[in-house]
Amino acid sequence: MHDTKQISLGKQITYQILLLFITFVVMFPILWVVGMSFNASNSARPKEIIPSSISIEAYQKVMVQPTANPVTFAQLAMNSLLLAAGVAFCSVLIGVGAAYVFSRFKFTGREILMMAVVTVLMLPSIATVAPLFVLLNSVKIELGDISFNLRNSLFGVGLAMISGTLPFAIWNLKGYLDTIPKDLEEAALIDGANFNQVFFMIILPLARPALAVTFFLGFLSGWTEFALSWQFLTQPKNFTLAMALWNMTGQYSGDTKWSSFAAMSILLSVPVAVVYLMLQRQIVGGLTVGGVK
Amino acid sequence: MTVSLNKNETLERPSDFQAWWNRTSKNRIIYMYLFPSFFVMSLITFYPLLYEVWMSFTDYGIQNLRADSAPPNFVGMKNYLDIFSGGLAAKVPNFNFLALLTFNLVWTFSNVIVHVVAGVLIAVLLDADGLWGKGIYRTIFVLPMVIPSLVIAVVWRNMFDPTAGSINAALASIGGLVGLPAKMFEIRWMEQTSYPIPGIPLTLSFFAVLIANIWLGWPFMTIVATGALQSIPKDLYEAASMDGATPVQQFFNITVPMIRPAMVPAAMYGLIATFNQFNVIYFISQGGPLRKTEIMVTTAFRLVNEQRLYGMAAAFSVLVFLVLLGLTLVTNRITKATESYDA
Repeated sequence: MHDTKQISLGKQITYQILLLFITFVVMFPILWVVGMSFNASNSARPKEIIPSSISIEAYQKVMVQPTANPVTFAQLAMNSLLLAAGVAFCSVLIGVGAAYVFSRFKFTGREILMMAVVTVLMLPSIATVAPLFVLLNSVKIELGDISFNLRNSLFGVGLAMISGTLPFAIWNLKGYLDTIPKDLEEAALIDGANFNQVFFMIILPLARPALAVTFFLGFLSGWTEFALSWQFLTQPKNFTLAMALWNMTGQYSGDTKWSSFAAMSILLSVPVAVVYLMLQRQIVGGLTVGGVK
Repeated sequence: MTVSLNKNETLERPSDFQAWWNRTSKNRIIYMYLFPSFFVMSLITFYPLLYEVWMSFTDYGIQNLRADSAPPNFVGMKNYLDIFSGGLAAKVPNFNFLALLTFNLVWTFSNVIVHVVAGVLIAVLLDADGLWGKGIYRTIFVLPMVIPSLVIAVVWRNMFDPTAGSINAALASIGGLVGLPAKMFEIRWMEQTSYPIPGIPLTLSFFAVLIANIWLGWPFMTIVATGALQSIPKDLYEAASMDGATPVQQFFNITVPMIRPAMVPAAMYGLIATFNQFNVIYFISQGGPLRKTEIMVTTAFRLVNEQRLYGMAAAFSVLVFLVLLGLTLVTNRITKATESYDA
């Protein structure tokens, strides 16, 4: 198969120049933010693209208290982690059953129910902020000493998020399950396995990569969720990393040093970027299945 | 009515029921598997959506938020009429629905066209046989996809800063090579209201968010195109070049038709995703200046978050939904129409 002719040297050089230019364009913002995060300059907004002296002071500062709000980095990270993991876990756990029967069986109402899921998928989550805000705002939770407004809590933001991530999880999982051959299930049914046994002992183990990818995509949207948390949460103890990052950038950033903002950007990105790189192949495959999300 | 008949019935019913019960046992278990999803979605997805439609016919505002406050007034189609006529513009300066929708579509198509063209061309470059550093390039080019778009957006926002941003700094150092003063490159990307290209009513901030979103969007198309390119049999090109086809002819007559089935669904996904690209607009240009780069989702969010007109926001969201429904129906039709190309 390797008898195809290789490109000529002239072409090779032209291609390399083009690709190096694209590499420069891709790396420019990344190098700028990495350089900024290590910049030891006293200036709040250093101009140089490559820092003249380097320190990890910005990281040390951000790791303690990134914004003017009385909330530590650990608290912010814990809130983001709880929100992201909770949303992802619930979506996958609740959605996988529906995804399985949509993928494998014909039954009365299948088309209508699938249509309902796809229709919701089309809506951006921001289009439902108004009713979710109003409805969750009207719920007061009283548990002994604990009393809080559901809207003004991470739990409420999580519920509002699941409203969008659950239909996505169902659809995404269905897309993956469609690609798993049916032979094993049929063999198991002939051997006398019942419906639940097939699902728990054959489908779930086979679908493990799909479950992992769907969990990760849910985690990613929770980890970087902004609009709902920004609208719902008013107490700094509930704030998330994404909210803090905007507090360090937007009109409320005040005199936040750009080195701190850059360090925060990197601390927020690195964990999810590493996992994304590992799952990249499956994620891209899933997004293009059938042309719908 | 005789006793015996009744007796017969009571005798037969359990067996009828048993038969029905057995016959439907598979359906029952199917609905049991559906129940968790649809129960949760009914509560937190479908009910809020119906509630949103109801809200869109009321003047729901901040005065109705308290638990003991009076219910909002029913105002019929007023919110919708206000959106289309000047009613909302009185509360939200520079709001114009038609201009907003037009800009949203211009934003979407200008992005996706560049994403697809750049994505395919770069994929073709990377597919060349014997290219040095192929693996390194592929790893680097995926970076814009793996970094959260929220972070990318805030980083670009600061890069476009007129005095300390790296874009102006880079432009100034390039300009310095040909003797242009650095003062020339204190470009106010986000505030300049005049149109940089005469005759095209798009602000400099549009080009700034376009640049940022192109940076963000093309790698996805390259990855999809790379997958499709690798499935093209190499002998097609060999046969074509033996017949004297130039590389450009080969590209348009072999490559393009062969990767089209993969690229069309990816482009349709890109259209919907870009139409709703909240992060890039909200964080970089913030819709400015004068709301000239606002798109529909950022407007919907501002109606809730800044204006606090919940009823109006609901009506606006219903319109967003209808526009998206139209867009999806069109894209699905295009996807279906091109499906047969597989053969």
